[in-house]
Amino acid sequence: MAIPAYYVTVGIVTGIYIILALSLNIITGFAGQPNLGHAAFFGIGAYTLAILTTQFGMSFWLALLAAAVASGAVGSILGLISLRVREDFLAITTIGINFVVVSIFLYHPFFGQAFGIGGIPAPSLFGVAFGRTGFLALVAAAVLLVVWVSRRIEGSWFGLALESLREDEAAAEAAGIDTRRFKVIAFTLGTALAGLAGGIYASFMTFISPGDFTFPLSITILCMAVVGGLGTIRGPVAGAVILSLAPEIFRFVMDYRLLVYGGLLVLMMRVQPTGLLGRDSVLVRRWQRLIAHRRRPLSAS
Amino acid sequence: MLEVRDLHVAYGEVRVLHGVSLTVQRGELVAVIGANGAGKTTMMKSILGLVTPDAGDIRWNGQSLMRVPPWARAAAGIGYVPEGRRVFPGLTVEQNLRMGAYPVRNPREVQAGIDEVYALFPRLAERRRQRAGTLSGGEQQMLAIGRALMNRPRLLLIDEVSMGLMPIMVQRAFDIVKSLHEQGMTILLVEQNARQALAVADRGYVLELGRIVLAGTAAQLQSDPRVQAAYLGGGSGGFHDGRPRA
Repeated sequence: MAIPAYYVTVGIVTGIYIILALSLNIITGFAGQPNLGHAAFFGIGAYTLAILTTQFGMSFWLALLAAAVASGAVGSILGLISLRVREDFLAITTIGINFVVVSIFLYHPFFGQAFGIGGIPAPSLFGVAFGRTGFLALVAAAVLLVVWVSRRIEGSWFGLALESLREDEAAAEAAGIDTRRFKVIAFTLGTALAGLAGGIYASFMTFISPGDFTFPLSITILCMAVVGGLGTIRGPVAGAVILSLAPEIFRFVMDYRLLVYGGLLVLMMRVQPTGLLGRDSVLVRRWQRLIAHRRRPLSAS
Repeated sequence: MLEVRDLHVAYGEVRVLHGVSLTVQRGELVAVIGANGAGKTTMMKSILGLVTPDAGDIRWNGQSLMRVPPWARAAAGIGYVPEGRRVFPGLTVEQNLRMGAYPVRNPREVQAGIDEVYALFPRLAERRRQRAGTLSGGEQQMLAIGRALMNRPRLLLIDEVSMGLMPIMVQRAFDIVKSLHEQGMTILLVEQNARQALAVADRGYVLELGRIVLAGTAAQLQSDPRVQAAYLGGGSGGFHDGRPRA
């Protein structure tokens, strides 16, 4: 008994959003660096895979690796920029990068201009091409990889260094942390994972065009991470699931998506800045209290 | 151990330090006293590398630090307790301490360091899982000192240890500084509270409008009439009769 194709597709798209939200979370959540152009790196990954597979006949797997590397390479440049440009100005720079990258896709013949790139092959394993279910498994594996990477970061010195960088850069430097290196690493890693998502997306869609990677998508990704809870792992996952399923259920919202997401961002910042499942959020505190209540009678007896 | 020579610092057009020189010998507790805006914090930040001086030299055990980035200075053994406490508010007490040990990173040494800090400040042990931003001012100051100690510094720079603390905690903070010194720590203390600072220091410097105007042992400074008038609450005026220097 197969799962209906519709649900598989929704699952794949949700999974890709989870990867995007978690990869942005490494940059914005852990390291505290603004990035309003994450969709650009998603796009660089997608275009890298599309071009390498359609024009150079490269295998999907190799091209997927190249997608992550290409995206991470451009991301490391953004990381270097972040050493000189800070906070609000960095945010504006990242928006600029998003527009520049989309413009290059749109105006350079090599990238197929407005027509985009079609006929992107599906991956195959042992000579068998992936169907929808295969893609779902691939996305699930990629999500697990990104969650694993995030967890490894969270418990490590690297993660602690990123968090101190987010909290107070000068104090972090005085505590012996080479903040420049960690900024660049955070940008490189986060954008490489976005590139990975882009590669999978391109192959799944079989056709991509510049419009898939525009600034509104960057806001959507940021919104997912913020609504769920920046700086945690559960937060961006939950945010991605909620915000990618919501338009499926409320189709009519689609036309006003940006309005809704923008409003949501403002609302979250006002009432619940740590996100629904972020540290010390209302839901998390309730849950902890609930658990504490359950435990008390046991320990008392 | 630390030698600052003819240090000039400006923020854009505004010149803050006009040739500051001072030394700190191993095992000493040196206090730099001065009013708000005298350039105390700027001097500290220059030693840490957070501010780039225009001229002058900073030497650490004979080596110039001018081209050494701040994190490498921390790794070389310069610990810093920032002004206004500046703990990482979103991290727990224990995470803050771990962060201080970043240049060490050896798990056993880090744990040993954490245990030592908890032995020094039992209050921090009680609050180990609490977010630093929710601690009281005195507790945050303990945490800031503990965090700096985690790296086992050879020189501890302490910026305004008494700033924004309740009077009772001010005394406690200076007691902590004094006991660290008695255990052999070399300390450079920058302080507005001249009375308390000179009470614990071996030597002192008076920084006024970006210049060292007086230097001597703590006892000499305490008995200097100009210091008494300007910083120890005996009348008004300073070294320049209250008039700003040209």
